[in-house]
Amino acid sequence: MTFLPAAYSQVLPQSADYIRILPEIILSIFGMIVMVLEPLLDKETGQRVLGWIAFFGTLVALGATWPMAQAPGLAFWNTVQVDGFSVFFHVLIIAIAAVVILSSYEYMSVQKIRAGEYYALILFGTVGMALMSSAVELVLIFIALEISSIASYVLTGFRRHEAISAESSLKYFLLGSFATAFFLYGVALMFGATGSTNISLISRALGAGPIPVLAFAAVALMFVGLGFKVAAAPFHVWTPDVYEGAPAPIVGFMSTAPKAAAFAVLLRIVFVIDIHAIFWVIWIAAGLSMTLGNISAMVQSNVKRLLAYSSIAHAGYLLMAFAAAPELGTSAAMFYLASYAAMNVGAFAVVSHFANAGERYVTLEDYEGLGRSSPLLAAALTIFLLSLIGIPITGGFFAKFYVFSAAVKANLIGLTIIGVLNSGVGAYYYLRIIVMMYMRESRKTVPVMPVPFTLRLALFACIVATIYLGISPQGILQYAQDSAQALVQSPIPEDALPTPVSAADQSVP
Amino acid sequence: MRTDDLSSFILTLVTFTPLVGGVLLMLFPRRDRDIRIFALVISLLTFVLSLHLPVHFHREHAEFRFQIDKPWVSVPNIHYHMGIDGISLWLVVLTTFLTPLCVLISWKSIHERAKEFFIILLILETALIGVFTSLDLFLFYFFWEATLIPMALLIGMFGHERKVYAAVKFFMYTMIASVFMLAAILWLYAHTGSFDFVTIREQLASGAVPKFPAAAQWLFLGFFLAFAVKVPLFPFHTWLPDAHVEAPTAGSVLLAGVLLKMGTYGMLRFNLGLFPEQSRQNAWWIMILALIGIIYGALVAMVQPNMKKLIAYSSVSHLGVVVLGIFSFTQAGLNGAMFVMLAHGISTGGLFMLTGVLHERRHTYEITEFGGLASPMPVYAASYLVMVLASAGLPLLNGFIGEFLVFTGAFQARPVYGILAATGVIWSSVYLLWMYQRVFYGKVTHLVNSSLSDLSGFEKWAVWPCAIAALVMGVAPIMWLSAIDPAVQAALRPFVQVASRVVGQ
Repeated sequence: MTFLPAAYSQVLPQSADYIRILPEIILSIFGMIVMVLEPLLDKETGQRVLGWIAFFGTLVALGATWPMAQAPGLAFWNTVQVDGFSVFFHVLIIAIAAVVILSSYEYMSVQKIRAGEYYALILFGTVGMALMSSAVELVLIFIALEISSIASYVLTGFRRHEAISAESSLKYFLLGSFATAFFLYGVALMFGATGSTNISLISRALGAGPIPVLAFAAVALMFVGLGFKVAAAPFHVWTPDVYEGAPAPIVGFMSTAPKAAAFAVLLRIVFVIDIHAIFWVIWIAAGLSMTLGNISAMVQSNVKRLLAYSSIAHAGYLLMAFAAAPELGTSAAMFYLASYAAMNVGAFAVVSHFANAGERYVTLEDYEGLGRSSPLLAAALTIFLLSLIGIPITGGFFAKFYVFSAAVKANLIGLTIIGVLNSGVGAYYYLRIIVMMYMRESRKTVPVMPVPFTLRLALFACIVATIYLGISPQGILQYAQDSAQALVQSPIPEDALPTPVSAADQSVP
Repeated sequence: MRTDDLSSFILTLVTFTPLVGGVLLMLFPRRDRDIRIFALVISLLTFVLSLHLPVHFHREHAEFRFQIDKPWVSVPNIHYHMGIDGISLWLVVLTTFLTPLCVLISWKSIHERAKEFFIILLILETALIGVFTSLDLFLFYFFWEATLIPMALLIGMFGHERKVYAAVKFFMYTMIASVFMLAAILWLYAHTGSFDFVTIREQLASGAVPKFPAAAQWLFLGFFLAFAVKVPLFPFHTWLPDAHVEAPTAGSVLLAGVLLKMGTYGMLRFNLGLFPEQSRQNAWWIMILALIGIIYGALVAMVQPNMKKLIAYSSVSHLGVVVLGIFSFTQAGLNGAMFVMLAHGISTGGLFMLTGVLHERRHTYEITEFGGLASPMPVYAASYLVMVLASAGLPLLNGFIGEFLVFTGAFQARPVYGILAATGVIWSSVYLLWMYQRVFYGKVTHLVNSSLSDLSGFEKWAVWPCAIAALVMGVAPIMWLSAIDPAVQAALRPFVQVASRVVGQ
């Protein structure tokens, strides 16, 4: 950049800036490769190739988190921050994408969906989600949120022969646009209140004096937008319908990766901005989500709907961590997201294989006698369900344990009791699936196809992750704690920040 | 290997040998005979290993032996801390003693999905042993919850007609009750920074935990509820008859023999150990519930038309005796409670096995379906008589010693409790002997019964060890009590202090 005046090189992004978004760049490139190759390849055989390219892309992106982690700091004019926290979520989200892609191959061919853009959309969605976790600028967060949302709207409607899929896509799109609009409105109000959209500057501005009422409204609106994304009550009503209609592997994706990303944003907003006034909002949302999710799940007969309600309940457990103290709560939430991802993606991988062409077999009744007809699938699903219940030696156990102990440490006894009771109630409906699989004889013949290698690989990865987190949670938790501490204590070095725009300088265009 | 090396390792070995066996069993081809033999070998191996514990146990000392304390997770501060004292020692041996018998009694009766059955049985054994050997509250809760799934699967997969209902009821009852214990454990961790039983006990006793006095009653209840449902103490007993009637024989044996003892063991170890003052304050109503359990359980047992239900309700009655003994806070009462736990495990285990034998031949548990069985099945009838008398508390058999000690203790604590509890002996002989008379004496009332075959080889091997154990325990109880007594005295030490403090004021 010698041909430019010296002043410009300050403004232009440095090479370190690109390294700090390297995984996103790689994912985008692979997404574009998939899009370009798609029309060139044969419809029948090309699917696989595109899928493998996408999978390879996620692996490369996973590798790229390493140089990214080596270059912590701010990038792109203080809009992106690489720290332990964002690296954690990058790895988590990209790993989810990789496993979902693996478990999609067979699903796509069985459902006779021939479209390479499926894989490209997963990759682009992943870009948005990954970016959400490292963005520290509300406008960038909004853009990343939109990137990920639009990809998921399309992915939801991918079973295009089924009316229910189109319906769920439209529902998701309409409600989702509303939710993002709420978020954007919150961002605008926050700018009005503090004169900045940068999270650390907002935090500093709010810390300086009495908190303006506008800021409360802003945080509340942002919470609505993100609460929708994580399917927390009372913004959860879309979840069962959308999950029921969407392709099963995509549900596994949607219920984990965007949730992780939205929770990452929420963690930054809640703990860095540190407004205690929304404590009760979170308290109520957590209690409601757990209770409504679990109670509604008990009466479901469709496994996808059941797991949809269960994901609402899990959002509630996660929100409990938010109501707790920042350091403990952040690490507990991070651990919870990791183990929830492992078990839920796994559970949906089993569901998507078992569902067969046209997703015919998704009711509880269909699972009768699965323990006999396919011991492998039944055993895998059992492990995931036990983890969702929170039985020892699974990741779900430690996840609940950390969240509850964070809540107890913060003296949230009331919320802990609600949570503890809920986890007891929740056991019932997960157990129902296990009962169906092992203790009942099948009354109708449900064909179970042999499990292909790629799905085995995906299931194996999920099982290993679930059990690993259940036996040796040490490493992940330690990492989460370190990064949480860094996040809470020193959000952004002071000297790196530009001065905020004072309210007087702003003029209406 | 020197014994020192082994002594820190032996508990791990005993606990996880069955689990390793279960995992290996998963790799076996579905040849039922090989699977059975392997399961038997593994469970016998575990039993032999566990015999190391009483042989090398120092009976004079009350502190935990064979300890192993390794950090497992640093945050939260979870340790892999195991160790046993005289209280848990025999419960471990009871578990390892009953499991091979369960394998034998299931030899012929489980022919479908045998592989799954024995895998689950071995995993259950590991979880049960783990409950008794853990000294870290987290580890304890971990094993406590881990017993649920295999037991529910045993009932739900291999049970009788209403198996699913019974399995789900069992699971939900105990799961919901134990989450309260989890909440209490989390509170303790939040305020002491440790899950270690010994550390927490010291901190609570020294008064170093600031908010403890306000929370103590709730913590006590949190633990107590989980244990009371497991015991099951009246009025939390309703899951038990269903679970027993529907469970396969081996499931019933382990359920009555060991699983229920988890509850009484928990009360003795944690309620008394961590919250002595609250135990004393709450003892009056707990003892009343125990008394109701003794008498109510016996009365309901008396009118049962179903043999297995009868034995299930007799468990409610016997476990009431145990709880009464524990909350009498006397040396005799606690020793007796421990001994009843062991004796009940052996005698009720034996009764369930024998009743299961009958079910296999006739597929019913109804008493009216039988009568005069003594003539076609003499060996069976004799074995049954031994177990019935042991359960009814005949002197020289194992039931007598424990109950006698408990009643002595209850009498010392409050005479009227002792008197009421002692009626339990009368009730138990009434319902047991009456059942025995109706099933075995008289003429053969149903023609099918006249051609029933007597005990087979496997069944003898399963039942007779129980009978022998019942006799030996009845004749030489000191072999067991000598290890139990120091631990019991140590458990009672805070109560002596509490009492003297009350007197001092």
